Formats: sequence, structure tokens, C-alpha cells
Amino acid sequence: MSNRKTKEVFSLDALRAGDRAEFARLVETYYEMIYRLALKMLNDSQDAEDILQETFIKAYQHIRNFDGRSELSTWLYRIATNEALMQLRRKRPQTFSIENPEFSDEAEPEPVQIVDWCCLPEEELISAEAQARMDVAIEKLPASLRVVFVLRDIQGLSTRETGEVLDLSETAVKTRLSRARLRLREDLSSYYAERLGEENRP
Amino acid sequence: MSAHQSCRHLLASLSEFVDGELDEKLCAEIERHLADCENCRIVIDSLEKTVSLYQTVSKTETVPDEVRERLFHRLKLDEFLES
Repeated sequence: MSNRKTKEVFSLDALRAGDRAEFARLVETYYEMIYRLALKMLNDSQDAEDILQETFIKAYQHIRNFDGRSELSTWLYRIATNEALMQLRRKRPQTFSIENPEFSDEAEPEPVQIVDWCCLPEEELISAEAQARMDVAIEKLPASLRVVFVLRDIQGLSTRETGEVLDLSETAVKTRLSRARLRLREDLSSYYAERLGEENRP
Repeated sequence: MSAHQSCRHLLASLSEFVDGELDEKLCAEIERHLADCENCRIVIDSLEKTVSLYQTVSKTETVPDEVRERLFHRLKLDEFLES
């Protein structure tokens, strides 16, 4: 799955020359994906809007330095991700644990919630309450895991692209993604297990 | 999940398994294990479902028009708002 637009075709020469129409086209193409990324990272619409604006201001200022080796979308993701991580560090330093998942010998905790909740009706799985719980679950992830989950599973980037955005090896991306997914699974399972319990109550 | 020693051993590979990115040998090992480990089947199913729920929900989320307008305004691109 992917929220991204298909192949991007922009004139780098025009962008580097400061062509405003071409820059407006770039903004139009990518503003939604950048806003969504920021919203998932920060879970606050005002913060997400700030990140969105800062990302394109920086892009406009630095487009001359863009070497074209990666895709423009990857470059924009990189700017937006850095902005979002800086914002998190400022506002919620607790999400920056000393944890460095791929260097840690500590294995992921064993799953505790072994409940088959997949049979719950769709409207219950994505109720407003469930969605709020999903957002909280993402917010509880350390920033280093959250950013990988958001890029890879929500924005639909490949492992390689995610690594490019974050300057991480593919192995590190896979390790972080695995940990993020297992933690989210654990968190959602405990919520849906409660729902199942209520459903089965006479 | 701790019913088998191998559950623990396979845990770190489950995410790659659901993406279909695991090498053949490990993939076959997991499939053999799943045939007689209900707990691991539940973990895998709920892992896949967790990811797909996030994807489903994110597709329904729209960006408010005012966010786009304020962005174009901040970038002094108001003349391109209509396009």
C-alpha cells in the first residue's frame, strides 16, 4: 500500500532556478503526504502544520543543494522527518530513550496478549474509540521505532527508501519495524481483548 | 507463546515473515512451526491485522483545505492556490 503519488516528474533546473510555478506544483504534489507523516509522528494538528510549512520553506531554501541522487520525495521526507524528530525532542524528550534498538542485545519481550481478536466486526475494529487507542499506541513508541513504522507501514515506503530517509541500514530498518509492530500488536491486542470480553458477556 | 522453545527463537523473524521477505529456509521453518502452534498463529494474524488497520484508517484521513491554503500563503504561493 502507498499514500504516495506515482512517479514524480519535475524540472530540477526550473526548481533550482527558483521557478515558483514549478515549486507550487511540487508543494501540491507532496503536501498531503508530508502533513500525514507529521501528524502521525506528533499526533497534534498544529505541530503537524508547523512541520509541513517548515519542510517546504527549507526545501525552497535548499533545493539548489539537492543533488538528484535520491528521489525528490525521499529528500522531502528526510527534511520533514528531521523537523518532526527535532520537534519531538523539544516537546517530548521522554520519547527519546537511550534505546538504540538494533545495537541492543536485549530481545523483544515475549508476546503476552494471545487473543484472537481478528474476528471482531470491522466497525468495532476501527471505531472512533479504537482509532484513538491506535494513536495512543503509536505515541507510546520511542521516536526511533515510531518513525520507522510511520514511514514504512503508513506512508508505504520500501525498506530501502526508509533507510535512505533515516540514514539507516536495511537491517536496522527491519529490526526497528519488527519491534514497533510487535509493540503495537501487544497494545491493540489488550484493547481488543477487552472489547471481546464485553461482547461475550451475557 | 512460551509453550515451545522455538516460539521465542522465531519472534524476531515474524515481521519479515508477514512481509514475505524472509529467506526460504527460515520461512519453511516458521510454516512448519505454525502448523502445530496455535499461539504463534494468533500472534501472526494479529500482527498482520494491526498493520492493516493502521493502513485502512490512514487512507480515510483527509487534510483540511485550510491547511493547504495556509501553506500556500506562508510560501507566498497564493496565486497558485486555484490550480
